[in-house]
Amino acid sequence: MKRLTIVFAILAVFALIGSASAGTLDDVKAKGFIQAGVNGDLFGFGKPDEKGVWRGLDVDTARAVAAAVFGDADKVKYTPLTAKTRFTALQSGEIDVLTRNCTQTLSRDTALGLDFVQVNYYDGQGFLIPKKLGVTSAKELDGASVCVLPGTTTELNVADYFRSNGMKMKPVVIENTAELAKAFFAGRCDCLTSDASQLAGTRAIASNPKDYMILPEIISKEPLAPAVRHGDNQWKDIVNFSVLAMINAEELGITSKNVDEMLKSKDPKIMRFLGVTEGNGKALGLDEKFAYNIVKQVGNYGEVFERNVGVNTPLGIERGLNALWTDGGLMYSPPFK
Amino acid sequence: MEKADIKQIETEVKPPVASKGVVGWARANLFNTWFNSILTLVTLFVLWKTVPPFFRWAIVDSLWFSTGEACRGTEGACWSVIPANIRFILFGFFPYQLQWRPLLAMVILVVLLFYSRDRRHWNNSLVYAWVAGLFAMGLLMKGGILGLVEVESTQWGGLPLTLMLSVFGLAAAYPLGVVLALGRQSKMPAVKALCVVYIEMIRGVPLITLLFMSSIVFPLFLPEGVTVNVILRAQVAIIMFTAAYIAEVVRGGLQGMSKGQYEAAESLGLNYYQTMRLVILPQALKIVIPPTVSQLISALKDTSLVVIIALYDLLKTTQSVLSDPSWMAFSSEAYIFVALIYFFCCYFMSSYSRRLEKELDTGL
Repeated sequence: MKRLTIVFAILAVFALIGSASAGTLDDVKAKGFIQAGVNGDLFGFGKPDEKGVWRGLDVDTARAVAAAVFGDADKVKYTPLTAKTRFTALQSGEIDVLTRNCTQTLSRDTALGLDFVQVNYYDGQGFLIPKKLGVTSAKELDGASVCVLPGTTTELNVADYFRSNGMKMKPVVIENTAELAKAFFAGRCDCLTSDASQLAGTRAIASNPKDYMILPEIISKEPLAPAVRHGDNQWKDIVNFSVLAMINAEELGITSKNVDEMLKSKDPKIMRFLGVTEGNGKALGLDEKFAYNIVKQVGNYGEVFERNVGVNTPLGIERGLNALWTDGGLMYSPPFK
Repeated sequence: MEKADIKQIETEVKPPVASKGVVGWARANLFNTWFNSILTLVTLFVLWKTVPPFFRWAIVDSLWFSTGEACRGTEGACWSVIPANIRFILFGFFPYQLQWRPLLAMVILVVLLFYSRDRRHWNNSLVYAWVAGLFAMGLLMKGGILGLVEVESTQWGGLPLTLMLSVFGLAAAYPLGVVLALGRQSKMPAVKALCVVYIEMIRGVPLITLLFMSSIVFPLFLPEGVTVNVILRAQVAIIMFTAAYIAEVVRGGLQGMSKGQYEAAESLGLNYYQTMRLVILPQALKIVIPPTVSQLISALKDTSLVVIIALYDLLKTTQSVLSDPSWMAFSSEAYIFVALIYFFCCYFMSSYSRRLEKELDTGL
C-alpha cells in the first residue's frame, strides 16, 4: 500500500508539471463543455437510465458546474470511471472535475494531488439485518456472519468496528453488489454492511422489504465530495461555489420553480445571490447570473436530493446528515457576498 | 414347399425384441455393463432433479414484459429485465433517437461475415465489399457528414463496441501474429531478438495489466491536452496481446513443416518471400487452424475485460442496468442473455473453422 501511494504520488507530480500552467476555466470555455468523471454504476449518484441519459446526484453536481460556466447545464460530457481509474483521469487532464462519490480523506487531498470541494453527500457505513434476527443495535452482532464487498474501505471499517467493540465476526465476501444482496436475502449471512446510501436500495429489492431493517449505528464517516486538480484555485472556487449555490438556494427558499419570482425579491441576500446586485459573478470569473442558472436548470440541493435519492425514489433515503444545518443536518453554506 | 421354408427362415432370423429398437439401443449403449448402468441411472436422476425445475423457472413461471416490481412476487425468471432495458444493453450511450444507425452497422457486419464464410466468394469483389461495408459502418457509427448527426466514439457502447473490439482486434492481430512468428524464425539477429522480446514480454503479463497500462499509465506520458481515444487504446492493447499468442501458435505450425519443403522451394529458385507466401505459410497456417481459432475465441471473450477500464461493452451495459434497484435481483436472467450472445459469436467461429478445415484438407 505504501509503495502504491509513492507510485501515485510520483504520477501525480508528473501530472502537475503538465497541468499547472493552463487555467482549467479557459480550457473548458475553449472546448465548450465540461468533462466530468462519474461513477456509471451507482443508482442515485451516477448512472445512465434505460435511454442512456445520465442521472444522479453527482451528475446533477456536474450539471450545476456547467450551468455556472456556460449558462447551460447540458454542456457536460461524462466519463464513467472505476474506483481504480478515477484519480488518474483527473490528474492526466482527461476530465475537468471528478464527481464520483469520492470520500474525502487526508491522503487523497495531499499525496494524490487532488483538491476536494464542498461535500455534496454525507455518507456512512451501516448494517442491514433481517428482523427475525431480533437485534436492535450493531453492538449485539457478536459472532455474526457479515456480507461485505471485498477490497473496499467498507471491509476494513467493519473489521475495525467489531474489533474495537470486542466482538467476533465471520466475513462473507462477494465481489458484486447485486450478488452480495442476493446472498444476503438467501440467508447466507446474518447481516449486510455497506454505505448507508445503498442499504435502503438493497432493502427495497427484497421480496418482502418489511422483513428487513437498517440498524441505527453508522460506523464510519464518508464525506463524498467533488474533486479538482490541485493548484488551480479559480477552477476550484467555481466548482466549490457551484455546489454551495445549490445549498444556499435551499437555505434562502429558492427553488427551480420560484426562482423567476425571486428575481423581484427585495431581500439583499437573495438579490446578491441571484446576481440582481452584481459582484459575485465577477469575483469568480463567471456570469453574474451563474447562481440563477444553477437553480433554474438544476434546482436547489433539496430538489436534487429528493429527485435522485430521496424518499420517493427506490433508494428512499431520509435527509439525515444531508439536511440543512437549520434542520439538524450538516449542509451549510457561507454567505454569498 | 420352398416358399414355406423361406418363410420359416425369415421368422427365425427376426431378432429378439429386447435387442432392437429403442430398448435394444438402450441396452447396447446405456446398460451394457453394470458400471454404465449406474452412470446412466445417476445421470437420469440428476437430469430429473435439474431440468424440470429449470424449465418451470425459465418458461412456466416466468415473466417477459412486466415491471421490476411485478417480478418481485413471482417464483420464476424475470426475463422482463431484458426487453425493458434492451436498447441500453445493446447500444449503450448511443443517442436514443439514432440507435437505428448502430443496428444497421451491425447488420452490415453480420451480412459481410456470413457472405465471407463461403470460399467461393473469396475474390476481389469481396475486398471491395468489405471496404465499402467498413466505410458504411464507420459512417453510421460516427456520422458528421451526409446529414448524419455526429456521434462521438465515447458514446459507443454495448454490442457494437464488443463486436468492433473483437472483429478488428482479431483481424489486425492475426496478420501481426504471423509476422511476429516469421520474425522469430528469422536469421537476422536484431529482428529475431525484437520479436522474441515482444512475444515473451506480452505473454508474460495478463491482459488486465495491458488494459490498465493503456488506460491509466499511458495518458500520464502524453503532453497536457493531448488525449488518445480510450476505445482506441483498449483496441491496441487487445491487438498487441492477441498477436503475441497467435505468433506462438503460428510458430508451432512453422516448426511442424519438414525441412524438405524449404529445400524444395529453394531448389525451385524461390526467394524468401515467395517461399513463405507460396509454400510454407499456406501449409503451416492450415495445420494450426484449430489452435488459432481457440485462441481467437478466447480473445473474443477477453474483450469483456474492458469492463475494468469502464468501457461500456455488452457486459458492462448489462451490469449497469443491474445496478438499478428495480432490476438488481434479476442478474441471472440478464447474464444468461449476455452468455447466449457470446455463445452465438463463439459458435459461429468454431463451426466455421471446422468447415474451413474440412474444405482445405488435402490429406497431408
